[in-house]
Amino acid sequence: MTTLTLSRALNEGLRKALEDDPKVLIMGEDVGKLGGVFRVTDGLQKDFGEHRVVDTPLAESAIIGTAIGLALRGYRPVCEIQFDGFVFPAFDQIVSQLAKMRYRSLGKITLPVTVRIPCGGGIGAVEHHSESPEVLFAHVAGLRVVACANPSDAYTMIQQSVRSDDPVIFFEPKRRYWEKGEVDTAGPLAGAQPLDKARVVVEGTDVTLLGYGPSARSAIDAALAAREGGRSVEVIDLRTLAPLDMETIIASVRKTGRCVVVHEASVFAGLGAEIAARVTEACFYQLEAPVLRVGGFATPYPPSRLEEHYLPDLDRILDSVDRTFGY
Amino acid sequence: MTVSVDGATTSAPAEPIQLLTPEGERIEHRDYPIDLDAAAIRDMYRDLVLVRRIDNEAIALQRQGELGLWASLLGQEAAQVGSGRALRPDDMAFPTYREHGVAWCRGINPIQLLGLYRGVNHGGWDPEEHKFHLYTIVIGAQTLHATGYAMGIQRDGADEAVIAYFGDGATSQGDVNEAFVWASVFNAPVVFFCQNNQWAISEPLERQTRIPLYQRAHGFGFPGVQVDGNDVLACYAVTKKAMQAAREGQGPTLIEAFTYRMGAHTTTDDPTRYRVASDVEAWKLKDPIERVRAYLVRSGQAEPDFFAEVDAEAEKLGVSVREACRTLPDPPPMDIFTNVYTQPHAIVEAEREQFAAYLDSFTDSFTDTAAGTAAGTAAGTSLADAEGGAR
Repeated sequence: MTTLTLSRALNEGLRKALEDDPKVLIMGEDVGKLGGVFRVTDGLQKDFGEHRVVDTPLAESAIIGTAIGLALRGYRPVCEIQFDGFVFPAFDQIVSQLAKMRYRSLGKITLPVTVRIPCGGGIGAVEHHSESPEVLFAHVAGLRVVACANPSDAYTMIQQSVRSDDPVIFFEPKRRYWEKGEVDTAGPLAGAQPLDKARVVVEGTDVTLLGYGPSARSAIDAALAAREGGRSVEVIDLRTLAPLDMETIIASVRKTGRCVVVHEASVFAGLGAEIAARVTEACFYQLEAPVLRVGGFATPYPPSRLEEHYLPDLDRILDSVDRTFGY
Repeated sequence: MTVSVDGATTSAPAEPIQLLTPEGERIEHRDYPIDLDAAAIRDMYRDLVLVRRIDNEAIALQRQGELGLWASLLGQEAAQVGSGRALRPDDMAFPTYREHGVAWCRGINPIQLLGLYRGVNHGGWDPEEHKFHLYTIVIGAQTLHATGYAMGIQRDGADEAVIAYFGDGATSQGDVNEAFVWASVFNAPVVFFCQNNQWAISEPLERQTRIPLYQRAHGFGFPGVQVDGNDVLACYAVTKKAMQAAREGQGPTLIEAFTYRMGAHTTTDDPTRYRVASDVEAWKLKDPIERVRAYLVRSGQAEPDFFAEVDAEAEKLGVSVREACRTLPDPPPMDIFTNVYTQPHAIVEAEREQFAAYLDSFTDSFTDTAAGTAAGTAAGTSLADAEGGAR
């Protein structure tokens, strides 16, 4: 076990992926000499060369579009989109091409492309640097959408994503980049939790709290605080957003009878809405309260001096947890 | 060159490369010698005629309700056959949705093109087998795929090149301009082949550009050349040279094949609303097939029997395309769920099971037809009935 920051764990995972498969490429803006604006690709160009770690022109659509072409040629590109709010110029290539080409080709084409996107707020940034666009991708058939929440998962999930023959949209919780955790860099990847499985990170009996990406940590903090108040909160880190691991979620809610979903993205038509619908259908007779959602408002992401009010913090999460006991 | 405020160019653009005049006169060009003997030119004539026949047949099939849509290549046969025949077997082509002539050159069975427009699939051929990518419908998106593929060729150190097809309308797209930037700075072995047919549905060329399109290449840092798009020999020679340059590490070239879309944008379009018949009449005189025929006759490289044989072959091809199209079976309903992912996906699998159970709940079992191979149009009809009954 080694103690790594989440950012460093991603770096080690990418290094392993580059070592394991000569077809793996990294491409994006400032990923080479600079090592990425968050240093996730630090040192990789120096060790693997400019043909495998490619500083690209500033054109997001082209980053994805040419990655598709490279994948058609047998390569396995890992694209970095510098910030969440910059992914939209690439949206057409992701939605209309990357996601659909396998279907279009009747299975003859495989596009093993990973798109890394730092996401979420809480770093005091200017506009377009704090967004949570995951549900826009989760809605698109043909993509797998995942979010890592801690250094250990960052290390394994990025490698699993690179190995996936399906395109993966990989969300990284940017305000957690510097949080440290234990990472087993010696263990075999085969033993890791599968990419399409959620994980129960805190066991509890009274209410199920679901989080992912940056909100997984918030959910754990809320569970620890609630425990002091005598409530036993079970926390699930979703990890996979598309597909959802409903099996794990349903098993938990059938046990607890209550469910709260937390995410930074706007609650309206967010992932929580889909989860609430599915939990209601599967756990109708076990539910003691409606599934509640806590997250961003139906507004654009606010200026950073207001973001602490916008982000679902400990108090707002606990407030929602409490409300499930009021029915 | 300079451009004045009103958009008029102050220096005259160069004449497009032409090796065969509309009257069928052969012109030598010192930069573009051609290596085609009489048999090869006759083969190209045959390609042009057969491709036009497929196109005619497809339009008729759409009118008869056998196809949902067709995008005619009428008038663009020379640009497509000339460039298509200039490719080596291991070169890769990235088409739009109108490249039926290039598809023909790459060995795609025409019925596979019709399958897409009939709605039985989104593209049925194997792109790697034919080195011809699937049709791309979103305008210009494929130019980036072509550029990425070319970057892969660079990494493989292979002696291959890529050709990306697009139209005049696509030159306004961000993706096409991004592809130009990338191909240029990475010196990628890709040829950008723009068929300027002067119309983007109803919008004329003037709405896309103030300068001749080929001149844009200069600003991106690579050569641009304009070719008579109705001259199959010129399109062949210019493409061949650009592909060779790409293979030799000289980077991209933009070829503007100046042509004219003689038909509608697609079978749903009505060009009488936005252009005058006299323009179309003027372009009829520049027909890409007639000039090759005139040249072959005048130079004594083909006998009357040859033309009769090609016509007979075209007629036979038309009949076989028609029959094959009419008997193309509808895919079984459960095909909806196949090939979305490489590995099982929990949501898709659950919906597949639910839908199969739903279909099985009817007296006539549709999953039986899904398992079978001879579903035919009958399955489609009975499915429609079943859905009607379920409402």
